[in-house]
This record gives sequence, C-alpha cells and structure tokens, in this order.
Amino acid sequence: MITRRSLLQSAAAAAAFAAGAARAETPGVTDTEIKIGQTMPYSGPASAYGVIGRTEAAYFKMINEQGGVNGRRIDFVSLDDGYSPPRTVEQARRLVEDEKVAFLFNTLGTAPNLAIRQYLNDNKVPQLFVSTGASVFSDPAHFPWTIGYNPNYQTEARIYGKHILATRPDGRIAVLFQNDGFGKEYLIGLKDALGDRAGAMIVKEASYETSEPTIDSQVVSLQGSGADILVIAATPKFAAQAIRKSYDLGWSGVRYLSNVSPSVATVLKPAGLEKSKGLITAYYGKDPTDARWKDDPGMKQWQAFCDKYLSHAEFVDANAAYAFSAAGTMLQTLKQCGADLSRDNVMKQAAGIRDLELPLLLPGMRIATSPTNFSPIRQMQLATFDGQSWQLFGELSTG
Amino acid sequence: MNAFLHQLASGAALGGVYAIMALALVMIYQATQLVNFAQGEMAMFSTYFAWKLTDLGWPYWRAFAVTVVVSFLGGVLIERVVVRPFAKAPVLASVIVFIGLSLIFNALAGWLYGYSVTDFPTPFDGPPWFGQRAMSAHESGSILVSLAVLMLVYAFFRFTPLGLAMRAAAQNPTSSRLVGIRVGWMLAIGWGLAAAIGAIAGMMAAPIVYLDPNMMAGVLLYAFAGAVLGGIDNPFGAAFGGFAVGVTENLMGAYVVGSEVKLSVALAIIVGVLVWRPSGLFGRRLVARV
Amino acid sequence: MSRVAQPGTILRLAVLAAALAFPFAASGYHLYQGAQVLIFAIALLGLNLLTGVNGQISLGHGAFFAIGGYGAAILTAKLGVPYLLAVPLASLVCFGAGFLFGFPALRFGGLYLALATFALAVATPQILAYKGFDFLTGGSSGVSLAKPHAPFALPLTTDQWLYCLCLLCAAVLYWAARNLVESRVGRALVALRDQPIAAEAMGVNAALYKTTCFGVSALYAGVAGALSALAVGFVSPESFGLSLSLSFLVGIVVGGLGSLGGVLFGALFIEFVPNLADQLSVTFGESAKALPGAIYGGLLILAMAVMPGGVAGALEAAMRRVSRKK
Repeated sequence: MITRRSLLQSAAAAAAFAAGAARAETPGVTDTEIKIGQTMPYSGPASAYGVIGRTEAAYFKMINEQGGVNGRRIDFVSLDDGYSPPRTVEQARRLVEDEKVAFLFNTLGTAPNLAIRQYLNDNKVPQLFVSTGASVFSDPAHFPWTIGYNPNYQTEARIYGKHILATRPDGRIAVLFQNDGFGKEYLIGLKDALGDRAGAMIVKEASYETSEPTIDSQVVSLQGSGADILVIAATPKFAAQAIRKSYDLGWSGVRYLSNVSPSVATVLKPAGLEKSKGLITAYYGKDPTDARWKDDPGMKQWQAFCDKYLSHAEFVDANAAYAFSAAGTMLQTLKQCGADLSRDNVMKQAAGIRDLELPLLLPGMRIATSPTNFSPIRQMQLATFDGQSWQLFGELSTG
Repeated sequence: MNAFLHQLASGAALGGVYAIMALALVMIYQATQLVNFAQGEMAMFSTYFAWKLTDLGWPYWRAFAVTVVVSFLGGVLIERVVVRPFAKAPVLASVIVFIGLSLIFNALAGWLYGYSVTDFPTPFDGPPWFGQRAMSAHESGSILVSLAVLMLVYAFFRFTPLGLAMRAAAQNPTSSRLVGIRVGWMLAIGWGLAAAIGAIAGMMAAPIVYLDPNMMAGVLLYAFAGAVLGGIDNPFGAAFGGFAVGVTENLMGAYVVGSEVKLSVALAIIVGVLVWRPSGLFGRRLVARV
Repeated sequence: MSRVAQPGTILRLAVLAAALAFPFAASGYHLYQGAQVLIFAIALLGLNLLTGVNGQISLGHGAFFAIGGYGAAILTAKLGVPYLLAVPLASLVCFGAGFLFGFPALRFGGLYLALATFALAVATPQILAYKGFDFLTGGSSGVSLAKPHAPFALPLTTDQWLYCLCLLCAAVLYWAARNLVESRVGRALVALRDQPIAAEAMGVNAALYKTTCFGVSALYAGVAGALSALAVGFVSPESFGLSLSLSFLVGIVVGGLGSLGGVLFGALFIEFVPNLADQLSVTFGESAKALPGAIYGGLLILAMAVMPGGVAGALEAAMRRVSRKK
C-alpha cells in the first residue's frame, strides 16, 4: 500500500540517489576527496612566481590536517608549465582529461591563461581566480567559466589617474612601464582616468624589457622630460632600480608605485628606505615586511602558518602572501558549495562570494563577486611611504 | 646636456660590467674556442656566495677576495668533473652541457636563496668622485675595476710563464704537449680564471642591478655581443666591445629609436658591424689555409 | 651495406605503423602531446638540415617558428583564410625570411653566426609585442585561433584530425628531407660543411646552396610553427622565447646531429623530459618544486654523457656491435 509517507520517502531516496549520481559524475570529486588542478611556472623565466603554487599547496595541506572541507580532503595537483602557453595547454589538458580534476585554480600568467581559456570554457571546466590582473578575465558574458582574482591593473591605474587630477591637475606625467600586457594595461587605465587631458599631461613614456639588466637609462630620459609626476608600473627588481635612480637624479616630484611592488623588505629596502620616502601606491594586502602590521591578528596567522609549513623566505615574499589570500578565497568557495561540488555549483559559488574578509587583506576590505562581477578584489586604498611604513590615507576606493 | 652625461655615465658603468664578463668569456674561448653560456649563471652564484659572506659580517674586501678564490676553485672543479668528459664529444654536445649547467645554477640559486631581489654592498660608497654629479661612486669604481681586470688579464697572458703556456696550449696542443705543458690542466685553469673574473663582474653588477637569480641573464647577452663585436680572441677588443655596447645601447634608446625596440636595434647594429668586419672590430682576421 | 640498412628500414616502418595506430588508441590529451612531438620533429628536421647537414649553427630557429605561428594565426583569424591554405602560405613567408637571413649569415662563421641567430631569438618576443604591429599581432595579448575541424565529414575528432595532419606533414617533410640529403644537393651541402674551400673549388655555388638551405630550414620551422598555432589555438610573444630556440638545439643534439631519424628522439626528449623533471622534483620534498629547471639541466648533461653522439649515434654504435658479433 502506498501511503503518502512512503511516497515521500521514496521520492527523497530517489532525490538522494540522483544527487549521489550527480556527484559521482563530477570528475575529481569523491565522497572523501576533491581534486584541484593548477599550472604554475616552476621553471623558466617566471619561476619567481613558483612560490605561489608552493604556498597554496602548503595551505591545502594545512586544511587537510584540520579535517578538510565538508569532510573532503583536498588533492592539489600543481604542474610546471615553464610560462610557455603551449605547455600550459598541454598541462591543463592533462589535468582535465587525465588527472580528472574538478576545476583549475589560480593558474598563473596572462598569456598562459589566455591560451587555456577557450578550452576550459568549451568543456565547462571552471577556471577559478586566475593569477593575473589583466582585465580580460572578468568577462562573464563571453567566458562564464573564467573568473579573475587580482585587482585589475587598469582599475589601479585609474585610481592613480583620479588622484593626480584631484591633487595636481596641471602636472606633467612620465610613465615607466614593462613592455608586456601588465605594463600596457597601466597605460590604458591611466589614460582612461585622465580622459581628454591625457595627451597634454603625459609628457613621456618609456618601456623596458624584463631581459634588460637595468632601466637607469629610461629613468634618466623620463627625468629629462621635465615631468613632475612619475608613474612606475614595474615588477619588483625594476621598481627598486627606478626608485633609487629617480632619487639619485634629484627627482623632486611625486612618484606613484604599482601595487605589484610595494614590499618594504624586497623592494623599498634594496632601493633605500630614505630614497623611497613619499612614494604613493594603491594598497590592498598587508605587507608582511611592514612593521605597522607586526601585532595584527591576521599577520600573526600568516606568521604561524609560515613557521609551521614554510619558512622565513616565504613569510617576507609578497607573492607568497598573495597566495595565502587566494587560497583563502578558494577555501571559502568550497565551503559555500556544501555537498554539491558539481562544476555548475562551484562556478556559481565562486561568483557568489559575499563580503569575505581575509587575514592579509586591509581592514575593512571585502572580497565580493556576483554573476555579473567577476573581479573579486576591487577595493584599494591609497598609501604613502614615510620612510618606515606605508601610511594609508583617504577612503577605500573602487577605481 | 646633463641628461646626456647621465646616459653616458650609466652606459659606461654597465659597459664596464659587460667588459669584465666579456673577458671571462675570452678566457674560455682562448682555451677551447667555445663560448660558455653558463658563465653568467656561474657569476651569479659566486655573487650569492659573496653576499652570504658579507651577510655574516665579513668586511667587503675579505669577502671579495675569498669569493674570487673560491670561484676559481669552483671553475677548476666544474671543468674537471663536468666539462672534461666531453672533450672528445662533438662541439655542440659541449654547448648543450653549458646550457644544462646554466639551468642548474639558476634553479639552485632560486631554491637556496629565493627569487626576491637583494641589495648588495659596494666598496665604493659615499659621494660621487672628482666633484662631478653624473656618475655615482660605485659607477666610477666599477669602471676602474674593469680596467684593472683588463690590465691583469693582459699582463697575465703577456708576461707570465703560465699565461704563455695557456696560450700555447690553446693554439697548438700537440706541440705544447711535446714541450711538457700539461694541456689538460691549462684548460682547467682557464675555467678557473674565467669563473674568478665572472665573480668580479657579478660583484660589480649586483649593486647596480640588484642580486637575484636572473641577474646575469641580460648581462651575459650584452657581454657576448660585446666580446664578439670587439673580437673574442683579443682581450682589449672584447673589453672595448663591452663598453661600446653599454654606451651605444643607452644612447640609442634615449635619443634615436626609443626604449621599446632598443634591444633589437642594438643587436641589429652589432650584426651589421659583423657583416662589415666578420671577425670583430679588433679580432684577428682568420685566413684559411688550403 | 644492405645489412645495416635493413634494420633501419624495419625501424622506420615500425615507427610509422605505431604512429598510424596511435590516434585510435589514445585519448585527446595524449593526441595533443603526440601532435606536439610531431611538430617539434618537423622543426628539428629543418634545423638539422641547416646545422647537422650544412654545418650552419642557428640559435634562433624559434624566430622562424614564430613567423609560421603568427602567419597562420593572422591569416586564419584576421584575414579569414582557410587554415589548410594558411599553413603553406605561412611557411612560404618563412622560406623568404630564412633565405634573406641566409645572406648576412654567409659572411659569418661558427661563433658569429651563433651570435647573430641568438640575437634573432632574443629580439623575437620584443618585435612581436611591438605596438606598431598591434593591429595584426594583438600586441602582448596575442591572437586566438578557432580549432580546426576535420574536413570532408571525416569521422575524426579535432584532436585526431590535428594529429593526423601533423603526421602527414611530418612524413612528407621527412621524405623530402631524406631525398634532399641523398641527392647531389645534399652531397654539396655536406661538402660545404666539411671541406668548404675544396667544395667551392669543385664548382659548388656556396652562396646559393647555403642561403637556400637556410630558406628550406626556415620553411620547415614555419610549417611546425603554423601547425603549433593550430594545435594550441593561441599565439603570443611568450610562446616564442629564447628557451624555445635553445630547446630546438637541444633536440637535434640529443637526437643526433645530422641524423634525420634521430629528430624523433630529440622531439620526444624536449616534449617529455621537462615534464619528467617536474615530476622528479616532487621526490625531493615540497620545497623542491623550485627545482625542475635544475633537474632538467642535470638530465641534459646526463643524456650527453651517456650518448655524446645523440640517440642516433648510440643506436648506430649498438647496431655496429651487434653486426660485429655475428
């Protein structure tokens, strides 16, 4: 006899069965484990970023020791692509087709990510929190399976542009930029914010190649242009050179420094703390080497994590600190997924993060995504360097 | 005008580093007719060694001297252990071994010391010399050091019995062996000297470009270009080439083609010069005997 | 003679049979790897003709590979040319570029040619990213290509079809290279390598042969580059850095200098050994993820120590030993 109760029961059983089947069908997900893939340049010209993958591996190890996420341990497979797009494609395909990972996380580099974006979207494999600030990765209308992470280079440059317009509307700007996607996006953002004043205000642009030993020559040219504002869109080594050289040349104007390179220990100290005075940057993560965060609870978490799983070298490394936040965002996404780790739901949850605060993000800063907003970190705050620490000023702004 | 002097000065200072590096390349080229692609990474590794010593609180010049000696021994060791077995292999097999060595040193440095940039001390601290403003004390000092290295290399080959024996071993190994020169050891000493000179180049470059595992990649490229431009069989030519490349590249980038393609243009000029003078500006013209 | 040739022929047929069976046994990812191996093999064939057979060293073949890749990408993605036409067109452009580069190369011997081609390899990414060409090259963000589907309603997946296309190109180009080397032209090229002065005295037109050889070699690299662009579906300046040119050099030396069959081993080496190094690095502990570069370097030196004449040289020595025992 079929009672209402038994009908309900069997319906529930069928639903549970269906859910179980769905779970079994999601590659890389079992009842005890979820498999996450990543490509990372452990060798080759960009191997400095390899620390990101190592930090994330350590983070997931910590999570596993604490019992995993929703009862599942994380199996993290991070493969070397040597920063060469053809190899990135190969490794991504290996991860998806051979290792059968559930999704890819924090794959590094603009070109490598561009190379695998179409493939992952065609196969509906989430490409989560890509490790690049290129604006093209926040495009849910065309690439619904790809979501960015880093604050967008253009957004940051717009913040500088607005600040320049507000403080020195008659300034003459010189820009030093890396001759690749990263540097060029700064130029675009800056010109965008300056609007029709851009042509008149930017008096000199100079680019450099990462293969060049120094950029002294470029800085001399920029100074010779008579500009009173210098925008430094450079990676750490070249940023340090530019800060030192511009000071040595007696540059008296304002200097803006890309937030790729604000580390006190690994950029400003090599450049000279005295020589770094007065720099302005747009800040979003706490700098582990800045004494002002010494007693910050978030920083203490990072310190404890490094002591246990990594070393002092990683503690001071800005890339490692970045990875700590990225992995934290990943963890939040997995927590939100609950029991449903289908690719659809993972993507939905990655695009549904609400006001997440992380230990190494600035106080009050929140990560937020939505189905139309694929840029998790949008807020930044201007800061100026006083010779010891970065001093925040103004409001959190979103460019 | 002021900017022009600055361009000239920074070009010359870096040119000095290229010149020392070029001399290191000359050392091995003299002995084996090969260009050691691992020279840059070896120099970088030596510089990290020196940095460790100064980090331990050693005075600069003591660290400098110890690094040069240790690098010399390291160079000899590499020749004996890694390079020697390929003496009879095809030339390109040796080139591949050099590529392998450079990969090893680069990754090892990254593993041991990390990829963050580090500042490196200079012995030439303080205000600029001679009351001028265009050139910092370190820049002046490193140019001086490069000239000193050049003189030493020249004097070594010209006036010492060992230098003479090395030249003989390189030019005519068979006859050298007959007069009792131990040709094998000459090669090892050549490698040792190259490593020692490279270490000096690294220690002069690091205060300018900062110390990191990729520090010497660009330097080696320019040093190679400079050495070939000047004539790689002639220490004076090679050193001159190094200076010329440093200065020309800066001036081209600043005043002629802009920074975006200055590397390509500088390389094109070098190739152009070589079309005009195929064995370099000061190289020995090779005459083939039929 | 025939006794030595026979095992060689059997080996070649076995390789071909395995290569033909492969697409029906392997997964898409392995087919992609297979296609990469074949693409590398084509580029190595070209470089081996130049360096191994004719004795002109090139550290800059990545540049011609890049011209082929960008050529195919621009022709198909920007100009709407069918991809089957884009591959030969792009490689013809490469032939022209290589032929022209061959003229200054005539003036250089050994080391100087190494520097000139090295310079080419270093300058390539910079030129590709040059803003004056942005409308064609897409600047730093590169060009994406649509994946080609099998024509004539062939019942093949895209991966199978791409693999077969690469195999077809590789087989035809291998056959052409063999015929070239065994012809009068090939003997002239070898003579120019070993006895340049005697060869010229015998009436070999050195300038013509050497520049043409450079052109043909670049054409091979161009075909490889164009196929690579189709297989990867994306080109950017980062795809064609100095390390690509160096890995080609590694490939021909590991395979065996001047050995056309050896390029297959060279291609297998540069495709799989970097991955092997990545996997081996894990065994040194977690922090050793920084080490694949060093392990790859070590494996390179080891390979050279074991087989100074490359795989082809080692095989030849082994065969000689076997036939001597008989």
